[in-house]
Amino acid sequence: MRKRNRLALFALLGALTLVAAACADEDEGGAETGATGGTGTTGAAVDCEADPFGCVEVGAGEPITVGTLLAISGDVAFLGLDSQYGVELAVDYLDGAFDGTPGQIAGHDVSLVNEDDGCSAEGGQAGATKLAANTQMVAVIGTSCSSAALGVADKILADQGIMLISPSNTNPNLTAEGVTTGFYARTAHNDKIQGAIVADFAYDELGATSAATINDESPYADALAAVFRSVFESKGGTITTFEAIQSSDTDFKPLLTSIAEQSPDVLYFPDFNPACALITSQAADIPGLADTALIGSDGCADPSFTETAGAAADGAYISQPDTSAFTQGDFYQNDFLPAYEELVGDTPTAAFHAHSFDAMNILADAIEAVAVQNDDGSLTIPRTALKDAVLATSGYEGITGTITCDALGDCATLVTIGVYQVPDVPFDDPQAKPVFSETKSLADVAA
Amino acid sequence: MSATGSRAVGGGALGRLERLPLRRIVLTALSIGVLVAVVYGSYRTLTLPAGQRYSASAWRDFIVLGIAQGAVYALIALGYTLVYGILRMINFAHGEVFMAGAFSSYFFADAWKDSGFMDDRTWLSLVLLVLIAMGVSVLVAVLLERIAYRPLRGAPRLVPLITAIGASLFLQNTFRGLFGSQTKGYPKPTALEGTWTILGIPIQKVQVIVLVVATVSMIALTLFVARTKTGKSMRAAAEDQEIASLMGIDVDRVIVTTFIIGGMLAGIAGVLFALTFGNISYFMGFAPGITAFTAAVLGGIGSISGAAIGGLTIGLLQSVGPALLLTGANVPSPFQLKDVVTFAILILVLVFRPGGILGTGEAEKV
Repeated sequence: MRKRNRLALFALLGALTLVAAACADEDEGGAETGATGGTGTTGAAVDCEADPFGCVEVGAGEPITVGTLLAISGDVAFLGLDSQYGVELAVDYLDGAFDGTPGQIAGHDVSLVNEDDGCSAEGGQAGATKLAANTQMVAVIGTSCSSAALGVADKILADQGIMLISPSNTNPNLTAEGVTTGFYARTAHNDKIQGAIVADFAYDELGATSAATINDESPYADALAAVFRSVFESKGGTITTFEAIQSSDTDFKPLLTSIAEQSPDVLYFPDFNPACALITSQAADIPGLADTALIGSDGCADPSFTETAGAAADGAYISQPDTSAFTQGDFYQNDFLPAYEELVGDTPTAAFHAHSFDAMNILADAIEAVAVQNDDGSLTIPRTALKDAVLATSGYEGITGTITCDALGDCATLVTIGVYQVPDVPFDDPQAKPVFSETKSLADVAA
Repeated sequence: MSATGSRAVGGGALGRLERLPLRRIVLTALSIGVLVAVVYGSYRTLTLPAGQRYSASAWRDFIVLGIAQGAVYALIALGYTLVYGILRMINFAHGEVFMAGAFSSYFFADAWKDSGFMDDRTWLSLVLLVLIAMGVSVLVAVLLERIAYRPLRGAPRLVPLITAIGASLFLQNTFRGLFGSQTKGYPKPTALEGTWTILGIPIQKVQVIVLVVATVSMIALTLFVARTKTGKSMRAAAEDQEIASLMGIDVDRVIVTTFIIGGMLAGIAGVLFALTFGNISYFMGFAPGITAFTAAVLGGIGSISGAAIGGLTIGLLQSVGPALLLTGANVPSPFQLKDVVTFAILILVLVFRPGGILGTGEAEKV
């Protein structure tokens, strides 16, 4: 009898807790919409009731919460950490100088909440859910990998009206008409451009007439290989085989032997490390591939590629954003790079730190444009207006170039992709020069 | 032929059910299905038009690759089969014993490659690497036996199994925590790049070494078990532990010896694997561990030659299988499905010979 009573008591407590939690949320929402509508000293009256996602209220003296969702652990940590440092440097530079003290947006400090996207759908879901649960979250810089964003993080954050700006997602579907969530933008290139430029390199520069591709299970590799294939074929080349692997595979010899049978001029494997590095090192043992040019893309572009593949990597090509377009610039050389090395203790390990720097700055500008200063020193940031402001960014002079976002979220509309040849690669030597470089806009490849 | 013969527990009503023709019909139908797929796929591949067909050299490469890989799996499978023979327990942590050896030899290999020692004295450095890997693997195996398995000697069969899985996870994550989750490139001596031509067939130098070392190890093991006194004690303890201890055999010593031998073989396999595939990571023991266990079962768990044959078979299936069976059938990206091919054939074999290829024809309850 006593046991049953205790059980009933716990059940009741549990139910009450659930009710309290549900009510609490509603109250907070109410407070947000209720307390605003005031005319701030900057800008017109903001009506949070009309905004479908409401506003973020940043109290007086409270920081603005910005999240990052990047691949900061595992084999792709090079990529995510590099982008995270770019964001941290951007926060530092808000006061106009790389002095180690963070600056402010609209008179408020910035508080960064860093999460790991794991370069996978599971990681993206876990990280995005955590960030979306924070009602003070204004926006998120992320994700590193398209697999974490597509249909996962972008949807979870868009459902809460949280803007997602990616420094390195390149999958075309993220900004495709009808697929994009609207609360998404990216400063990285759209892979429709990269795939086309690599095909141009292979066909025009290397004179290749046949190619084989190997992609892994990620949306990034899948889409990039598909773009390459369609552009290569439309130029008159033939695709001998298109193969798929698991990113966790380590044995590629039978696959490479099979590919070697057709003697393709080019083998394109836009995958991640360690698969890229292992394909390269194992291809060296296949005599049939001795004359085949090996090409990887920005998923391969981190120091572990040359470390793991060793001597076999020499002569392989890697495509990535042509950083020499801006690394030769005065700001990058004399201000940004030294500040990066000061913060991290090493030269950049991936290509997207400048993109994340620009992304954070675009966000900061957008917040300054739409946020309303209230008389009591608090800040009101309407979510939909913020999204609109980001997507309306036009003519912004970032490190990566002049940035103008289009309505679908592609902010890098004019993109320069460089093809580098090992050992002259930017992730090992920031001053590396590409052997081939081309600039395209989205309009050029929109077909 | 009933698939679970005299060892099936709870005869009676269950026994009668087993003799129902329906079960046999379904199993036989499935096996025929797999067999037909195999024959059809092979036929289509071999009769592809000239431009798309694999050349003789490609088949040669697949086969040699399969045998070399199979040799490595055989070495690991021996560890499983020896431990099962004596303890009737699957040592799921054996994959991590293998990983530990390969991982520790990596640090030396990397240092020696950088300093040039590896290229100056290639054979000496290789021997030292194998000794280091063997040493660490043996250490891990003995610690496993002492800490994780010995206290559970009399426990119900499921308990040491779960402990083994737990030990496996523990070891994986210890290495991950200590050395990071990054895959590391294993250096290859320059002298071992390229091919040797043996009997007119160019074979990768590394593959030749793998085959030679693996064969020598297995012969040594067979001789050891068949001719020496310790080997005799091992066979006795494998047959019946109680009687063996009554005969004056120190069963504890025998068990430790078994783990030591298993560890030594795993250490050798570790270096061979690292040289063949050129990389190591904390997770590298997982897949080869499962494959090797499958190989041991396929060949007949508890039998040494069974492990060798099972390993070779699986190695060949993984290498030649997708090429032979799936390319002709126009399956896209056939090599993605190498595990499907391997395990489908495994099921086929086990349906007709549940004890494995060299087993007794009856099922073993693990």
